[in-house]
Amino acid sequence: MSDNTFTLAELMIVAAAEAWRDDGELLASGLGIIPRLGASLAKLSHNPDLLMTDSEAYLVEEPVPVGPRGDYQPKYAGYMPFERIFECVWHGRRHAMIGPTQVDRWAQTNLSVVGDYARPKVAMLGVRGLPGNSINHKNSFFVPNHSTRAFVAGEVDMVSGVGFKEERWAPGMRRELMSIGRVITDLCVMDFNGPEHACQVLSLHPGVDFDTVQARTGFPLRKAEGMGETPHPTAGQLAIIRRLDPHDLRSKQLKGNPRGIRSAEEIAG
Amino acid sequence: MNKLMTLGDVVGQLRDGMTVGFGGWGPRRKPMAIVREILRSEVKDLTVVAYGGPEVGMLLAAGKVKKLVFGFATLDAIPLEPYFRKAREAGFVDVMELDEGLFQWGLRAAGMRVPFLPARAGLATDVLTHNPALRTVTSPYDDGEVLLAMPALELDVAFLHVNRADRLGNTLVTGTDAYFDHLFARAAKQCFVSAEQVEERLSLDAETARFNTFERSLVTGVVEAPQGAHPTSCSPDYGWDMQHLKDYVASAGEENGWQRYLDSYVTCDEAAYRERNGGTARLASLPLPIF
Repeated sequence: MSDNTFTLAELMIVAAAEAWRDDGELLASGLGIIPRLGASLAKLSHNPDLLMTDSEAYLVEEPVPVGPRGDYQPKYAGYMPFERIFECVWHGRRHAMIGPTQVDRWAQTNLSVVGDYARPKVAMLGVRGLPGNSINHKNSFFVPNHSTRAFVAGEVDMVSGVGFKEERWAPGMRRELMSIGRVITDLCVMDFNGPEHACQVLSLHPGVDFDTVQARTGFPLRKAEGMGETPHPTAGQLAIIRRLDPHDLRSKQLKGNPRGIRSAEEIAG
Repeated sequence: MNKLMTLGDVVGQLRDGMTVGFGGWGPRRKPMAIVREILRSEVKDLTVVAYGGPEVGMLLAAGKVKKLVFGFATLDAIPLEPYFRKAREAGFVDVMELDEGLFQWGLRAAGMRVPFLPARAGLATDVLTHNPALRTVTSPYDDGEVLLAMPALELDVAFLHVNRADRLGNTLVTGTDAYFDHLFARAAKQCFVSAEQVEERLSLDAETARFNTFERSLVTGVVEAPQGAHPTSCSPDYGWDMQHLKDYVASAGEENGWQRYLDSYVTCDEAAYRERNGGTARLASLPLPIF
């Protein structure tokens, strides 16, 4: 059953959940509210084998709702402090969804600086764990503002996470441990599984056309075979999302909390 | 044996140009009482090695830092560290920007007294481009894999903040996550620990003793610093102080804001510091953050 009274954030949570569908038993790390709700939804629906943490230091078999917990008491199943996170990352059995500032046509990501490295226009967080995550395990990206500023025309300003750019790899470096999952944006869902890892659109959000996505992307996109509309959340999925996000933090993640089905004007912003 | 010292004694050990590590993680369990004492001192040209939180911003704002070795600088709930951002954008600090995992690998190498440890993190990224000192190494075995040789991050001094300690240098980190303090302690020539509470001699049951994450032979000195991680969190004792951190962030946007921050909070002793932040009872009741 499709419920047409859903928000764009809810559509994106459901799309994010798909990223972990075929992962089997590994640590799902959704960084930020929408990715975290996506991972939680995946665990509570199509992939119960996923491992998750309370986003601090403990493993939980029941995803912890986001925001203030009230009477809710997390039920711990194990321990996962930062030190063990690194062990898990380097071992490879993890799939993270991160929010990079820039992504390029090679799936390289940037979370460090925009502009010149020595004297950046904007200094962000630093590379954080992107170099190690990206070369050791699967990563998906969450980009809430699909634009040519996020999906840049050339190479990202500071390559923080590895990608498929040939010149970046020297002989002898192991490249096969990396993989890219899905890219969830406010316009569409993409991956890098086109010919020679080209970026391709898997599905368009309701009301969005391919040309709009292309115009807001700094590099050429392909249409994946069978490209259609991003699936709408079902009533069952929405019920799970409401339970996981009792304070409706998802409504504050996207500017203006757009409806899931938007008019052309709304998409044009 | 008595390793008890004052904040002044500890910071008095610093010399210009030293490489100094700070334990904790972002805005969590940072040795802030020691940081404030450094801000009050004349020491300068430090190489600061940290999973950066407000200590990085404050030391940069005070002009104490020549070089920063880091994987990130953040206040978590407030993602961008304001003075770190200012310093980076002005281009006046040398940086060695590392992957978070690579960073602990460097501390581990120093602690094990080996020149480097191999890793994949950093390969095929600009971490290599912007750190020309980093080199790769080829596996001597049949696989011949090319890896990044993460050099030992040797520290002159490490500063840590823990929940409990004794005069001998035994320490307990009772919070949710011990982070990498044990690696900082082992990577440093001298390690000074501030503690919420310093006892004559810890006398624990076996379960509590497991909160000890590094041995006292690594500890040079111990300082009693109640609420000494403020405004960062010190799980399970107290959470971070959002009101204080917001005021700190606001100061970065004001003319002479850093001087205003110093005058408001730093140019006094720690007892007065606690009073200026609403007193001991308020600080002890700051709620732990929910993630």
